[in-house]
Amino acid sequence: MGRYVARRLLLTIPVLIGASFLIFAMVYALPGDPIRALGGDRPLAPAVVAQLRDDYNLDDPLLIQYAKYVGDLLQGDFGTDFRGRAVLDTITQRLPVTIRLTAVAIAFEAVIGIIAGVLAGIRRNGFLDNLVLVSSTVVVSVPILVLAFVSQFVFGLQLGLFPISGISEGWRSFLLPGLVLAAGSLAYVARLTRTSVAENMRADYVRTAKAKGLPHRTVIIRHTLRNSLIPVVTFIGADIGTLMGGAIVTESVFNLPGIGRAVFDAVRQQEGAVVVGIVTLMVFFFIFFNLVVDVLYAVLDPRIRYD
Amino acid sequence: MTRPDLSKTSAPAPGAGTPVLEVDDLHVEFRTRSGVVNAVNGVSYTLAAGETLAILGESGSGKSVSAQAIMGILDSPPAVITGGGIFFEGKDLLTQPAEEQRKVRGPGISMIFQDALSSLNPVYSVGFQIGEMFRAHRGTSRKEAKKKAVELMDRVRIPGAAARVDDYPHQFSGGMRQRVMIAMAIALDPRVLIADEPTTALDVTVQAQVMDLLKDLQRDTGMGLVLITHDLGVVNEVADEVAVMYAGKIVERGTVDDVFTDAAHPYTDGLMSSIPQLEAKGGRLTPIVGQPPNLAAIPSGCPFHPRCSRRRIGAEAAPGRDCAADVPPLRLVVPGREAACHYSEEVLGV
Repeated sequence: MGRYVARRLLLTIPVLIGASFLIFAMVYALPGDPIRALGGDRPLAPAVVAQLRDDYNLDDPLLIQYAKYVGDLLQGDFGTDFRGRAVLDTITQRLPVTIRLTAVAIAFEAVIGIIAGVLAGIRRNGFLDNLVLVSSTVVVSVPILVLAFVSQFVFGLQLGLFPISGISEGWRSFLLPGLVLAAGSLAYVARLTRTSVAENMRADYVRTAKAKGLPHRTVIIRHTLRNSLIPVVTFIGADIGTLMGGAIVTESVFNLPGIGRAVFDAVRQQEGAVVVGIVTLMVFFFIFFNLVVDVLYAVLDPRIRYD
Repeated sequence: MTRPDLSKTSAPAPGAGTPVLEVDDLHVEFRTRSGVVNAVNGVSYTLAAGETLAILGESGSGKSVSAQAIMGILDSPPAVITGGGIFFEGKDLLTQPAEEQRKVRGPGISMIFQDALSSLNPVYSVGFQIGEMFRAHRGTSRKEAKKKAVELMDRVRIPGAAARVDDYPHQFSGGMRQRVMIAMAIALDPRVLIADEPTTALDVTVQAQVMDLLKDLQRDTGMGLVLITHDLGVVNEVADEVAVMYAGKIVERGTVDDVFTDAAHPYTDGLMSSIPQLEAKGGRLTPIVGQPPNLAAIPSGCPFHPRCSRRRIGAEAAPGRDCAADVPPLRLVVPGREAACHYSEEVLGV
């Protein structure tokens, strides 16, 4: 297992290099001149422009620019944005917001999704099953933007239950955006759990558990749920990385100063160093949580071995 | 704790023990969207301590469904027990609350299944799954239960039991897995063990070992054994009594020697003729013509009549014994032998 994890971690290096280069190239290819935009209506003095272009290596060819960027990165230098702010500072300041948002979303996704799925799966075609089926279809069909605005309007403005913008109210500020961010995955988790539970209820080993005279509770929890939740847990694990990426839209709509919001602003201002730094970090999280899931999978299912 | 009375069963003879299990006119149907399937249509039998009753029949004859009904593990819906009684040590399980029924499963009646790999939970060690019997029914501690599991694995002759108790089902061979199932089933010294095709998934040499093990365990504990199978060879070797099922009913019942020597029902007769015989090497086997009945539309009269070469319909039939119209009851034909055929005497040649 140790060797497997080590090999997987080594594999992340080429992936990160490839991903960061792709992003770097895309920012490079963006039309427009970020330096000229800095001055707003009044054009910057030619000497200032030349100085900035030189500082940020903007006149080098793509590959040279990228090589210089990676060279700095290997020394722990994520670069600075055009206002002279270290990208690393932006990340360390904004990452906690995104982590909180993702944590709230995962909590919603896991708790509500699994409970709804289990209840639906245990009594297939019952009232709860149909309720879960219909509501998850609705949630999946509606775009996240619509969901965000509707929830802001209903829960925030009409009912006044939650703040709809900013992070001034601590954890409460994250409830509504967390729910919106989680919505699609939540519906998927509910469906996945339902199918998995329903399938396992018919498994031969569940029949054996009944034949052993185990109490109903033990049959359900120990012999049905444990097996049913293996695919669900692995999905949720892999989804952590996806949600951090999905936070771009949610953070923008709810005005949360997280890394998603930062990357959104940076793309508009063509802040190459910020975009590449943050997106590469997101890619790393994605790969990391997928590795965690694969390791977890072997822990949950003894038939899986990575040796 | 009540232990089986071993003195009574030290020399088990067919029918010598007291009845531990009595199934009376059991009816089970499956209510599906496409209609009602009559899987079990009035099955009755008794099983004495130390006795082995083989229930013989082809797929869909209702043999497994009746066993699952006894265990109370039918999937309902769609399965519904629509009539009859299941008496364990004199008490009708069907009239008892679910919790009482549950307490019988394991210490009273237990069951092993055909496919041990899918019947064992893949994510728990075999020791844990065997030990669960003690933990659930006796409140034994986890540590103690594991010790008991090792003892049981020794008892079912799994080599190196202490070293293998923490292994998972997929790490065992087919025969060893079935032994794990058996260890689990006999953990609490049940009075009745139902074995649903216990050797069908195993190869022949392993089959014999598993059957020997079951016989030895039965001799040691005096439990009654219901052996569900379609393997005539296994029946011949280990069973005392045999009940042949067709379309959810018992069509013939008697001692194995009697039934195998001379069948009283044309269906049993057909089964016997389909066994390859060593002395008739090179000869053709005689299959039973036609298809097993559709349980959603069981033929009128005798359910076997469309496939029966001896059927008598209309003018050929004796009054009240028209094979296509009158249902033949299971009746005593000769002492110790019951059959559900209007013309059993002719089949037997008595």
